[in-house]
Amino acid sequence: MPRRGLNATGVGMLPWVIGILAIGVWFVLFGPALAQTELVRPHVPGYETPDWRAKIKEATAPNPVWDYVDVGFLVVAIGAASYLAIRARSRRGLVILAAISLFWLGFVRQGCICPIGAIQNVALTLADPSYSLPLTVAVLFVAPILLTLAFGRTFCGAVCPLGAVQELVAVLPMRIPRWVDEVLGLLPYGYLGLGILTAVCSGYFLICQYDPFVSFFRLGANFEVWLFSFAFLGLGIIVARPYCRFLCPLGAIFRIVAPLSRWHLKIHPSRCISCRLCEDVCPYNAIRRATGQTPEASEIPVKTSPLVVALLIGAIWTVGAVSGFLLGPVLARLDWRVQLAEQIWYEESGLAAETTDASDVFRKSGTPISELYQQAAAIENRYRFGAVLVGIWLAFVASTKLVQLQTPARRDEYEPERSKCYCCGRCFRFCPIELQRLGLLDEESLAVYVKSRGPG
Amino acid sequence: MAGVLGRQDEGISTFPPAAGGESRRVFLRDSLRMAGLVFAAAGVGYIAGRKGQPTDLVWQLDPDRCIGCGQCAINCVLHPSAVKAVQFYPLCAMCDICTGYFDVSYRRLDTGAENQLCPTGALIRQFIADQAGVPRFEYHVNRELCIGCGKCVRGCAMMNGSLFLQVQHDRCVNCNDCSIARACPTRAFRRVPASQPFLLKRKARQILEAGVLGATS
Repeated sequence: MPRRGLNATGVGMLPWVIGILAIGVWFVLFGPALAQTELVRPHVPGYETPDWRAKIKEATAPNPVWDYVDVGFLVVAIGAASYLAIRARSRRGLVILAAISLFWLGFVRQGCICPIGAIQNVALTLADPSYSLPLTVAVLFVAPILLTLAFGRTFCGAVCPLGAVQELVAVLPMRIPRWVDEVLGLLPYGYLGLGILTAVCSGYFLICQYDPFVSFFRLGANFEVWLFSFAFLGLGIIVARPYCRFLCPLGAIFRIVAPLSRWHLKIHPSRCISCRLCEDVCPYNAIRRATGQTPEASEIPVKTSPLVVALLIGAIWTVGAVSGFLLGPVLARLDWRVQLAEQIWYEESGLAAETTDASDVFRKSGTPISELYQQAAAIENRYRFGAVLVGIWLAFVASTKLVQLQTPARRDEYEPERSKCYCCGRCFRFCPIELQRLGLLDEESLAVYVKSRGPG
Repeated sequence: MAGVLGRQDEGISTFPPAAGGESRRVFLRDSLRMAGLVFAAAGVGYIAGRKGQPTDLVWQLDPDRCIGCGQCAINCVLHPSAVKAVQFYPLCAMCDICTGYFDVSYRRLDTGAENQLCPTGALIRQFIADQAGVPRFEYHVNRELCIGCGKCVRGCAMMNGSLFLQVQHDRCVNCNDCSIARACPTRAFRRVPASQPFLLKRKARQILEAGVLGATS
């Protein structure tokens, strides 16, 4: 393709002069090397070329023993957290365990024994047969989910280093309005979808890239990541666990799993007297009040007829699928092969001012351009298909939420909302029954107390 | 387990479920949990079944795509970087003036630091023989000193490739999201099987295949 130059104006000689000068300078610089045009190794009698493999062999990986130690630590720590939350009912124990986990998994092991990131490894394994999942990573992913299925989110509470750092900095937690909580609480589902989509289609690890606290664990990051980290840490002082609640993709999985848990922490050790003292202590809006004999009408913000709900759900699903279809190609531009194809296309059609390093290397590699275009188109199609699935997934989450809002359940006692409860143990000390159990409140005082505050 | 935590069991797993909304919900929850367990078991089985077919993967950079830009030295989560220069001796032409060793603004052709390209003095010149007045040198990379900046790689005459960068797996922590791979302008990084964790230049591979220059030595 001829490019429009400046020849007509007479300035056109300049590139030539610069070019010749550049070639001259190049010869001065590299002349000595060019003297041996062939660049063939000379034969030196009596000298034997050293073995190039010897050096490179020193650089192979040692046996990953520590990985097994870490997986063991993780499982034992979740067990301990579950014991502390459900049986021992010790907030102090949970905080100490969180500090230990933060020290070991966070600062010593630098935050990369991480079930959150393992989501992408699993997704990539299912999508790409050439990628193999290390056994430790598989256990890392499955163990917390199974243990959450048994004991609730005790992993989040005291074992996850990201959760632990936020638990420890949440010194002035404020309660945010429930509706804000619910709306922002939908973000993790989207993030989970995006993380899996990019892992499957591009082999990227977006969730690891935007890990907010790994910069602290490694004490090194670039400016943007530090800014991101400090923003989350600062926010975490007044809004408890902002990453866990509004971004963590593993949290999105746990929210589905935790309500099914077999054993779960209870606010009261034996019985609930509906004294309402625990109502406001939870910084995660995770305590559900007792409803009495009939579900309170006030629990349903807007009572809607089933027909309208059905129509709404239909609309949500349609919007989800269609927006996925439209957004797919946009998301595909995250992939470097699509970016490269775009750059090459611009160069081919004379629209690009200059080539990039990537396009230079591509042209040198001798791969036909049509092959790159085909590859990029295939990736775009994968993104389109994947984005539709993500859209439907989000629609499913939103419509489930809608149905939940319309069908309140009867509750006889105050209980933690298992999907949101991080088993932090803040509520224990506010329960008079717990104080009685600990011997801090005698039977008589409790009776007086129950009489004055009793159910109602 | 039920013994340890028996206190929490009350009213959870009665089967068949008693009448009433509460136990229906409990029954539903139990069934869903079982479904979850079966699903997880199936997943583990699937992964275990695949295990052993593909090998474990590690990061490596393709020297044919490398332009010696220096990003490896500054983007790795490790300090110094896990990427270091490697010498493929059969490709080194023992040039009269090694442009990987000497800064082009050298004043004298000696080992003075101001004449060397390597900022840490990691490229070591060893005298071999004098051939009809032309001194021959061998160049070695000191792994402890090398920071992976790629100056020698770029310098090595026209990127001949006897000096090239490679991820050193005794140091690399194999991050999911390799931060050098993300910063690499030519996307030279990819995952390779851990059993064959190094990538050579095309020219080096040709030399090995042709078996010239005593390829194995």
